[in-house]
Amino acid sequence: MKNAGIAAALVLAILAVVFVGTEVLNLDFFFGGILPFIAMAVFIIGFIYRVMNWAKSPVPFRIPTTAGQQKSLDFIKQNKIENPSSKGGVIVRMFLEVVFFRSLFRNTKAEVTEEGDITYQWEKWLWLFALCFHWGFFLTVFRHLRLFTDPVPGFVSFWENIDGVFWVDLQQIYLTGFILLLGITGLIARRLYLDKVRYVSLVQDFFPIFLIFGIAVTGIFMRYLTHVDITAVKAVAMGLASFNIGGIMEACATYDISVNFWFHLTLVCTLLIYFPTSKLMHAAGVFMSPTRNMANNNRMERHINPWNPEVEVHSYQEYEHEFHQKMKAVGLPLDWDYDEEGNQLPKKN
Amino acid sequence: MKKTNMIIGLVIFAVLVTVPFWSSFVSPANGAAPEVSLDTPAINQMAEPKCVEDVEWMRAHHMDLLNDWKVEVVREGTRVYVSEDGTEYLASLQNTCFECHSNYEDFCLKCHTYSNVNPTCWDCHVEPTVVGGAN
Repeated sequence: MKNAGIAAALVLAILAVVFVGTEVLNLDFFFGGILPFIAMAVFIIGFIYRVMNWAKSPVPFRIPTTAGQQKSLDFIKQNKIENPSSKGGVIVRMFLEVVFFRSLFRNTKAEVTEEGDITYQWEKWLWLFALCFHWGFFLTVFRHLRLFTDPVPGFVSFWENIDGVFWVDLQQIYLTGFILLLGITGLIARRLYLDKVRYVSLVQDFFPIFLIFGIAVTGIFMRYLTHVDITAVKAVAMGLASFNIGGIMEACATYDISVNFWFHLTLVCTLLIYFPTSKLMHAAGVFMSPTRNMANNNRMERHINPWNPEVEVHSYQEYEHEFHQKMKAVGLPLDWDYDEEGNQLPKKN
Repeated sequence: MKKTNMIIGLVIFAVLVTVPFWSSFVSPANGAAPEVSLDTPAINQMAEPKCVEDVEWMRAHHMDLLNDWKVEVVREGTRVYVSEDGTEYLASLQNTCFECHSNYEDFCLKCHTYSNVNPTCWDCHVEPTVVGGAN
């Protein structure tokens, strides 16, 4: 609980800084026109740096022990997706992992019974909440394109109309926003209420989920409850997108944008800055998982360990070449024939 | 992981996360907030142009006001709205709002198009036209 408390205090401290910054000190331009650029630069450069750094690690060998029968004799059926031996199988496995979190679907709960036997039970909640959270987040971010494009492209409006198929009181309710909130709440509850998960949860596990919870809540408040001047918000967003610093300055000076928006934006900036330094890098890491991205073809192709040093070897062929005359003299059998100048001839079959 | 695959992945990442930046350079519009027009006969006649409520508040909350009016008028039959400063108004989109804002194209539609908002007001109400003032 202490770790959760520290993480919650950090998020609240950010909100306090934003409140003082925008409402008391009137530093709207810093939060609207400087911090987002810093955050975006840190995010993109940091993300690429981390991936390049990981890519330098040598990958030793293809891991055959994934959950599925590897390619074997003809009468043993291979599991082509779980244990692929071809590139196509690897692509399918990676696609299903990235899009549907297949390995989380295999999650089980281990418990010891009163008799002392260990049992494993079906446990799909983690998978379900993770799926809700990630898809909800992605589609919500996608919907935000309406604030970053002018004119708004048709496919964004198209998705808004599917997402907002339910209307409450003259207003479209975007389902993905609430699915995101449901997912992240489930993931927070999991860390708080499951003893074993809470025991392994650190501040850096709670911080991003609290941050995202804050983003979702402030966003929902802005859209459905307290409302903001959306034209002013879009003026700031478009200023960021087109590097129009003057436009952002003007929008910050002209309009009195609700503090809720500054909370939302600054939490997003914090998330972007935090992203490359944290566990959130699993977004790139999943593509680099050795158990997911390599075909199990150890028995078909020779893989040479990339960090093997050059070793000087003296093969039997070379040895025989060197000593063939002496060997012949004492009557030892030779594997190769030699011509009159002592050159080794191609091996006879 | 193969170097080429990694570079392809990073390029896709960079292109996707920078959509707002490069698309704003491709787009013909400059993205600035639209200027709504207050040049209508009714507003021009007012000595001191003044909306039902404070302008800053109206910018963010006009839909709340209209929603409240809808409930009060249709369900409770209260036609009178008392604003923050004590002035009484007839709670009616058609007869109060559109009396001054008789320029749908240059008023309502400007911000709604900019922010991609499609309110259902005009499913029932008649759009005001600038020529004859309020309907």
